[in-house]
Amino acid sequence: MKEKEYEKLFSGFKGIEDDILAIFLRVQKKDGYISEEAIRRVSRFLKISENRLYGVATFYPKFRFTKPGRNTVKVCMGTACHVHGGQSLSDAVGWQLGISLGQTTDDGHFDFQRVTCLGCCTLAPVVQINDDIHDRVLVTGLKETLKQYE
Amino acid sequence: MNSFEKRRQEAQKKWDALQNSRVPVIYVGSATCGLAAGAAGVLKAVEQTLKRNRLKAKVVPVGCIGPCYLEPLMDITMPGEPRISYANVTPEKAQKIVESLLIEGKPLADLAVGHFGDNGSDLTTGIPKFFDMPMLKPQVRVVLRNAGYIDPDDIDHYLANDGYAGLVKAFKMGPEAVIEEIKEAGLRGRGGAGFPAFKKWEICRGAPGEQKYMVCNSSEGDPGAFMNRSLIESDPHSVLEGLLTAAFAIGASFGYIYINTDYRLAVARLRKAVTQMKEVGLLGKNILGSGFDFEIKIKEGAGAFVCGEETAQIACIEGRRGMPKARPPFPAISGIHGKPTIINNVETLGTIPNILRNGAAWYTQYGIEGNRGTKTFSLVGKVKRGGLIEVPLGVKLRTIIYDIGGGSWKKFKGVQTGGPSGGCLSEEHLDIPVEYESMNAAGSIMGSGGLIVMDEDTCAVDLALYFLRFTQKESCGKCSPCRVGTWHMVTILERIVSGQSQSGDLTKLQTLAETVQHASLCGLGQTAPNPVLTTLRYFRSEYLEHVNEKHCRAGVCKELIDYEIDPQKCNGCQLCVDVCPTDAISGAKAELHELDLSRCIRCKACYEVCRYNPLAGNAIVIKTRRSA
Ligand SMILES: Cc1cc2nc3c(=O)[nH]c(=O)nc-3n(C[C@H](O)[C@H](O)[C@H](O)COP(=O)(O)O)c2cc1C
Ligand code: FES
Repeated sequence: MKEKEYEKLFSGFKGIEDDILAIFLRVQKKDGYISEEAIRRVSRFLKISENRLYGVATFYPKFRFTKPGRNTVKVCMGTACHVHGGQSLSDAVGWQLGISLGQTTDDGHFDFQRVTCLGCCTLAPVVQINDDIHDRVLVTGLKETLKQYE
Repeated sequence: MNSFEKRRQEAQKKWDALQNSRVPVIYVGSATCGLAAGAAGVLKAVEQTLKRNRLKAKVVPVGCIGPCYLEPLMDITMPGEPRISYANVTPEKAQKIVESLLIEGKPLADLAVGHFGDNGSDLTTGIPKFFDMPMLKPQVRVVLRNAGYIDPDDIDHYLANDGYAGLVKAFKMGPEAVIEEIKEAGLRGRGGAGFPAFKKWEICRGAPGEQKYMVCNSSEGDPGAFMNRSLIESDPHSVLEGLLTAAFAIGASFGYIYINTDYRLAVARLRKAVTQMKEVGLLGKNILGSGFDFEIKIKEGAGAFVCGEETAQIACIEGRRGMPKARPPFPAISGIHGKPTIINNVETLGTIPNILRNGAAWYTQYGIEGNRGTKTFSLVGKVKRGGLIEVPLGVKLRTIIYDIGGGSWKKFKGVQTGGPSGGCLSEEHLDIPVEYESMNAAGSIMGSGGLIVMDEDTCAVDLALYFLRFTQKESCGKCSPCRVGTWHMVTILERIVSGQSQSGDLTKLQTLAETVQHASLCGLGQTAPNPVLTTLRYFRSEYLEHVNEKHCRAGVCKELIDYEIDPQKCNGCQLCVDVCPTDAISGAKAELHELDLSRCIRCKACYEVCRYNPLAGNAIVIKTRRSA
């Protein structure tokens, strides 16, 4: 984000501690992650130390601190998906992309994440790629599904 | 007449016009389940079909009506006819149905799943009543009364269906009488523990302090549960009405809705609903002339299961790490910024307007002594008819799993209730009544309503490990029994599922589980051992097989199974070569294929194609230690 964009983002907030999460959520929505620069800026805006802020942000699984890939593959690891073979699906996605959970491919094309339930558990197992939900994904059809995003 | 009453009457007119519409009305289920199954494509196909054929119809997106396994659901009401529901609708099917019904007047009865009329009509010949479907028949709809019925984005739909009538009544009754009514109704908190709702309220009402807070807990961190999310997506105003009523009762002038930011649709619907409330004068100063002031802020959480716990949630709302605190003091005395705070679950709040509108006596017709009313569940896993359901408390588990859910496809093994904090119950528990005390007595908990059905393909030990890994990861780390104890339990379980277990592991696991249960600071640690303790109790033979024979009867634990290609049967079709995600299988066309076990991740993909594709030879064998 640029200087101006930070100013615009902060202008919607009163500058109190209660807003830490809301601010970081907005930052991540814009940048895709929380950069060191963002922590510095939020620190100056809220007058709260960078350490404190970093401590709060790292507590929450939603926040990430590295730049995401262009396409994000999220495999659901909720219970319904687990009993429908979610673990195998996740292993298979990892092999196909050649990366482990939480990593980004070298070319920055794919990002591999897990989520704990996408709320459509009757359609398990579920994989979300970018904004698309793929329901009842079997490993047998995985290669085809991923190909759509290459 | 005041302006709210005027608005209500206008809403009624608008709703009546829709019910008696002179053009057909098409409803599409557009909650998370519907959208995931493809509702957006259906909506688009409907609109294109209408346009192409120059047909006039109203299109209304609605929430989730319950049988999510039938999504996408599309309903059509022809003028003067009952609403007809169609299931598993694809864009092509949608076009076919719309054209047939709207142009030719033919309902395609074989594609319909039910109609909503009291009596059938000529048009519905051959179509059963929707609520006579086996999945719906044993259910009652109190909290979910509007779900899938009204447009959740339109406050007028809610107002026309007695919306905010409970609040108006509450204002007339006064706070004490409201608390009394909830006490009479016997409503217990639906967030898991089942604490009497009125008791917390009474304490908070009596607590000293000008500023008090009311919080709606929509964290719903249980993975595999979606009752709260669905209710908000389908009928947000019912929860908001409950929030206002509760705030009025305890004397709070500010409310928070804590909700996970990832529940995009629910958050969007809440935001819209709150804006609409402001428009009709349900927020702000002196609401409806009652002298009651109230504002709402939506607080988006950033994950973390523990933030469903009250004191952790308060920390999160205050912008800190979401770590729980020792109680007392209870939040009802000292909560957000030290002020008296009540946190209630989404479903608890969604129930309240119904109680006030219809009276406590009406509510107590549902349920049994000590467990009054209804409870929603998300019924998922290895069950034929999965979805969002609501039943009176005290029904048997068997009714839920077999009558409503239709049982499993394969042999039923058990059911996990209450998510990671709950337990795994077996066949022998199917006849216990679903209520707080019986569930606790069986070593599980009622929880917030997640029900995960397992069949013979689910390994009880693997499931226990799954939950323990979850709670271990979600442990906030503040107290050591939970932080270290769960980690050690995971280590032991990992040894067991990989065939490395050492003597005494089961005893160690049991002792450790009991220690974590008793010594942890908050509910997360105190309940984390439940899945292990219950599986040790009810599925002990599976543990023993893993430990003594290195055998996993469900064929799930990857280190205890092997894959083989039967050379007699392999016809060299290369289907498995194509689907294998790790390129572990090789072989030329029409030649015997070879499997490299070192690359194999035992994902079953080859097994599935080889077994079910008619071109393949059913040559892949999964070997457990016993079959070897
Ligand atoms: C680890 C943990 C997670 C919890 N998660 C939730 C949750 O997701 N939703 C919820 O309503 N209550 C949750 N609770 C229970 C809350 O602490 C609290 O009891 C409840 O919100 C009170 O509302 P009720 O009285 O209406 O049930 C959780 C408790 C613990 C210990
Ligand atoms: S468990 Fe995967 S969507 Fe709920």
